[in-house]
Amino acid sequence: MKKWIIMLLTVVLGVIGLSGCSDNDAASGGGKDGKVEITYGFWDKKQVPAIEEIIKLFNEKYPDIQVKTEITPYGQYFQKLETAATGGALPDVLWMNGAHVVQYAEGKVILPLSEMAEKDNYSLENYPESLIDLYTVGGDIYGIPKDYDTTGLWYNKKIFDEAGVSYPDETWDWEKLKEAAKQLTDKEKGIWGYAALMGNQGGYYDFIWQNGGYIISEDGKSAGFDQPEAIEALGYNVSFIKEGLSPTQAQMTETAASELFSSGKIAMMFDGPWMVPEYKKNPDLDVAVVPQGKKRAVSIHGLSNVISSNTKHKEEAWKFVQFLGSKEAAEVYAKTGTVIPAFNGTQDAWKESVPNLNLQAFIDGAEYSVPLPSVEKTGEIWQYETDVLKKAWSEEISIEEAAEELTKKANEALSK
Amino acid sequence: MKVSNLAKTRKRSDYFWAYLMIAPTMLGLFIFYLWPIAQNFYFSFTEWGAFGQYEWTGLDNYKRLLEDAALLQAFKNTSIYIIFTVPIGIFLSIVVAVLLNQNIKGKSIYRTLYFLPVITMPAAIAMVWKWLYNADYGMFNYLLSLVGIEGPQWVSDPKIALYSIIAVAIWSGIGYNMVIFLSGLQGIPKMYYEAAEIDGAGPVTVFFKITLPLLSPVIFFVSIMSLIGAFQVFDLIFMMIGKSSTALESTQSIVYLFYQHAFVLNDKGYAAAIAVLLLAVILIITAIQMVLQKKWVHYD
Repeated sequence: MKKWIIMLLTVVLGVIGLSGCSDNDAASGGGKDGKVEITYGFWDKKQVPAIEEIIKLFNEKYPDIQVKTEITPYGQYFQKLETAATGGALPDVLWMNGAHVVQYAEGKVILPLSEMAEKDNYSLENYPESLIDLYTVGGDIYGIPKDYDTTGLWYNKKIFDEAGVSYPDETWDWEKLKEAAKQLTDKEKGIWGYAALMGNQGGYYDFIWQNGGYIISEDGKSAGFDQPEAIEALGYNVSFIKEGLSPTQAQMTETAASELFSSGKIAMMFDGPWMVPEYKKNPDLDVAVVPQGKKRAVSIHGLSNVISSNTKHKEEAWKFVQFLGSKEAAEVYAKTGTVIPAFNGTQDAWKESVPNLNLQAFIDGAEYSVPLPSVEKTGEIWQYETDVLKKAWSEEISIEEAAEELTKKANEALSK
Repeated sequence: MKVSNLAKTRKRSDYFWAYLMIAPTMLGLFIFYLWPIAQNFYFSFTEWGAFGQYEWTGLDNYKRLLEDAALLQAFKNTSIYIIFTVPIGIFLSIVVAVLLNQNIKGKSIYRTLYFLPVITMPAAIAMVWKWLYNADYGMFNYLLSLVGIEGPQWVSDPKIALYSIIAVAIWSGIGYNMVIFLSGLQGIPKMYYEAAEIDGAGPVTVFFKITLPLLSPVIFFVSIMSLIGAFQVFDLIFMMIGKSSTALESTQSIVYLFYQHAFVLNDKGYAAAIAVLLLAVILIITAIQMVLQKKWVHYD
């Protein structure tokens, strides 16, 4: 008889072991002490201090809602979300970008917020209109904007001084950028004038727009990489590498350009305001508006907070999202200098948070900015851009060939 | 009559207990291995949209497999990886195991050192080696620069990136195989060596005539396991080769391609077909090894 009991125990324990993980979920959701726990998913580690402070403020108001943060690096963020969404296990509240919002909204894995906003008299007029548009799909708003970013021309004052070149300003254009890059490049010291990054936002998108080209046509059915304006812009990008003014594509994958830049190996590069927390520690660095091409243009993009449709705590999640979009939260972001808060009127506080950098450059950029294209297949097209353009950046194939191949792949994705 | 009945009930209850004992493991095996395999097979006949919607497309994915140049390249990369890592890895671990089976000073320290990479996470290994390999700041190129050689871009140059990964794979695999070989070596009776000594055989003859044949069942086991492992290489490539690296095409393995389709391009049906193909290839090669073993593996 005794043997029998031991056997049974073995089996039962085995089964309990298997289901152990789901036990925890139930406990946290039920709330033994009346507390509800919601999860908040995002990707940028640099923003953790600001987010922690916001959660602390949130808990002063709502002590019964606990927020658990889940950080996933951007490289894996959307892959993890896709899997989690398929299994109905998204975080309750999460970051969304313009490239994926249409797909997620149409896939019905995130909640439309218009109704709840109306009920609570939550005003969407506090945010730049372009950002509200970006997160409006089929007439419904899906995300409350949290920040926005444009591109700036970061530069190293020390390298400029040593080469006797004057600092970049709003008079700069493509020609001047090239000329300065030539003067600043110093092969012996291992200094490159400019980093021709293979990135879309703050890279070839900005140049294509400045040259009068487009990425995705107005009707959302075709890509514009093979248009003459785009080919010329891509060629201008790669010419820095060809002429030895920029590290090669291989060198920039070995060591990230931002690392080369902050260690004084690169004189100028395009990058966003999200680098402020990192670059502000280095007194040699400053930022200016990006040079103009045929016209002035930079990409603008902003993130928003969305609610997953599988959340068990819709009310609590909405309260948290409202708080994340509030002036109070924007001021925390502004103060810590992390990103440009989207809440209108808090940008000045952001600018003043780091007085040694000319952060006005990013705010100025918003005036002539172009939003990142957003269609259902944006994520897939981004992948093709990386796959194909890296061959042009490493001079394996010509710009024309790359543009043709990329346009073909992108058009295929768009027609699906 | 009565006796045989008793034996029968006795036997039946034995079976019952036996099955009950292995039930937890069987359950786990079914839930975590067999069921996913069956599902994967089913999904290989489907095409996926966003968020888990899929439709039946029959053999479409398999037709695509035949025309996919990237898949061919991935098979080529994986083959090169296998051809280098498996034989060299086995050879080096036998050498190390034989050396560490002698009576040398600090034997256990050496054994620990060789085994350390096995208990380290592959991601951590990849990160450390990535920095050793770094063209600008890495140790290898620094050492080369001391003797006036400008080192290559170990993990970004498409021509050598795969071999850089192979070197790490061999290095991190030696310890694991070494432990298995060590236990195999210790299972060889001492009297054979004593007899060989009396007959006047040198160490090389002893190694080839006694050690190697008696170790052959262990070599066989290790070669099957490392071959299967090598076919599934993913983590080192994923960690060491950047997504926008020009060396990606010349290093990506079959599993990397699977990952790319399944989780980056969200083309899960096609990814499932790649997995089925990989399973078939591994099965065939393992079967060939099973047949060939009769020629060289000595079980007594």
